[in-house]
Amino acid sequence: MIEIEGITKRYDSTTVVDDVSMVIEPRTVCVIVGTSGSGKTTLLRMINRLVEPTAGVIKLDGADNRSLPGYELRRSIGYAIQGHGLFPHRTVAQNIATVPVLLGWDKARIKARVDELMTLYQLDPDAFGPRYPHELSGGQQQRVGVARALAAEPNVLLMDEPFGALDPIIRNKAQEDLLAIQKRFGTTIILVTHDMEEAVHMGDKIAVMDAGKLVQYAKPAEILANPASAFVGTLVGASERPFRLLSLGRVRDAVEDGSAEGEAISGDASQRDALAELLWSGRPALPVKGADGKPLGRVTVDGLVKRAARPA
Amino acid sequence: MQIRFDKLGVVIAAIVAYAAFAAPFATFRANRIVPGQARSILEALPTATGTLLLAIIVAAALVALFRTPLVLRLVASVVVLAALALLIGAAGTFLTPAGNTLARVSPASGFWILIFAFTLLLADVLTRLNLSPLARVGVLVVAALAIGLLLISGSWDNLSILKEYANRADSFWAEGSKHVTLALGSLAAAVIVGLPLGILCHRVERLHAGVLNVLNIIQTIPSIALFGLLIAPLGWVATHVPGAAALGIRGIGTAPAFVALFLYSLLPVVANTVVGLAGVPRAANDAARGMGMTDRQRLFGVEFPLAFPVILTGIRIVLVQNIGLATIAALIGGGGFGVFVFQGVGQTAMDLVLLGAVPTVALAFAAAIVLDAVIEMTATKRRVETA
Repeated sequence: MIEIEGITKRYDSTTVVDDVSMVIEPRTVCVIVGTSGSGKTTLLRMINRLVEPTAGVIKLDGADNRSLPGYELRRSIGYAIQGHGLFPHRTVAQNIATVPVLLGWDKARIKARVDELMTLYQLDPDAFGPRYPHELSGGQQQRVGVARALAAEPNVLLMDEPFGALDPIIRNKAQEDLLAIQKRFGTTIILVTHDMEEAVHMGDKIAVMDAGKLVQYAKPAEILANPASAFVGTLVGASERPFRLLSLGRVRDAVEDGSAEGEAISGDASQRDALAELLWSGRPALPVKGADGKPLGRVTVDGLVKRAARPA
Repeated sequence: MQIRFDKLGVVIAAIVAYAAFAAPFATFRANRIVPGQARSILEALPTATGTLLLAIIVAAALVALFRTPLVLRLVASVVVLAALALLIGAAGTFLTPAGNTLARVSPASGFWILIFAFTLLLADVLTRLNLSPLARVGVLVVAALAIGLLLISGSWDNLSILKEYANRADSFWAEGSKHVTLALGSLAAAVIVGLPLGILCHRVERLHAGVLNVLNIIQTIPSIALFGLLIAPLGWVATHVPGAAALGIRGIGTAPAFVALFLYSLLPVVANTVVGLAGVPRAANDAARGMGMTDRQRLFGVEFPLAFPVILTGIRIVLVQNIGLATIAALIGGGGFGVFVFQGVGQTAMDLVLLGAVPTVALAFAAAIVLDAVIEMTATKRRVETA
């Protein structure tokens, strides 16, 4: 659990982060959204003390984050940034091993961990381990950056626009991979982005920041349904709202009794994808199948449209 | 097959034509200081040998003139350079009357221009062959060995420059080692002081402009003026600081030469350290901090290795510059190859000047090739990504 209590950061007379308080539950993904200059990156960097706050306290599992020297604190928290920040003079394996080496793990343990992470990220350790970062594609570099952040098995992972430099297709894949790994390791992730789509897709909770203030901190559905201010409304985007709301739900939750013609859609797909398929194919209903391939029922245009309406 | 001209080859062929047929190949003098008489290739060598040399030169110039395979150009340039090196020695023997110990024979403008032209051809071939750094050092070693063999074999012993050497063999090596000590020692001192100073300038913004400006100003002081400026303070140190005189610190001699070379070396070392550190990708630096490296770990583990090729470039500039500048040290009794240069100027004995100048040029040239190779080897592995 991360407790942020009355955190403020001032540079001379400008207040970058203004009295922010929030609690991030363990093993969840918290996405901080805001325009550039909203203070979201500064807030993130105060958690691992790359920036020291002017006032306020941040507690990690109950302990003040100032009870350790900054560099020791940072070794226990994963950190991944836009443009990945890989060390160009070190191999992929050496990059991933950075924090374990700083922590003084023995060689066999480091090797085992590096191999495990590379395998997890679909990079063959023998083929990619000895390569240098510039020999990898953008998507591979990003995966190595996240693998490096996770190397020392941190409970908390801070990410500053980690997918910002990726093209849309690779970005979707990277987001899915991250969510899968988050579930597997139970890591608490705090992710900074300016992309509301990404926030709705990734976040268990979304914190919206504007001009240094935390304007709303809630579940994605709540943010979409009841934006706390006009700013949050703009950020959500009026024309995108119903589709974003649908993208939060799985098809299995919208299943109705009955049957329909045509190829079945997976119950794990998002309701948004189901609606898109229905609209595109001009059909009123689609059959739904479970993970085992058995039919679960159907989804209808009418049913989905009702779900896209503003919650009461 | 269409015959096509090589652009550089046209220039080389023109230079060669002038040097081989119009310029003197060797100079003959009755003794070491009287004005010399020019001798063409055919006059400086026995007729058969001279004709052969001319034939080789003309053939190689034709190879250079047209677009020919690289291997052929390589062979042509090496053959001509070897022939010139061997036959200038033969000219010395041929032109010196038997038993005459006063007469001097030295290479003349035609010889030097031919050497220049075919070295240009060789350098062009080596560049186009795109040799690896190690191979380039290998070529340098082979060339050095070949010249060493020629010196040991005695085939150049009748050339004036080696007669000057024979008279000064002992002091040549003593001055040579002084020269190298001065150049390398001041470089080492500049690196020891300049690296930390550069790191400090990088970290402390306020120092940056001030330090670099001061070093820039020092760089613009003419070397002779700097020697003069150093006489008073170093003389004062010698008389007032106990033990300083015993260490060899005096107003003139090695100490001021060393200090001057050191001061000239600081700017390239400090400036390149600052530029190198500033070129470290921001994201890599931020990631290093964010993952829990201490300042020292970040400096030695990330910033320094990434800045290293740029810093090495500064060291290369300093080394080549120092080898040349150390010649001036002789003016104030600091020793080095400059001793022969200034003695030669004083005695109007050009061959004595060459005895000082040629090794200096050769040393600087070799240092540049070796350090370029080292820089390329360190830089290829550490190529900074553009993302």
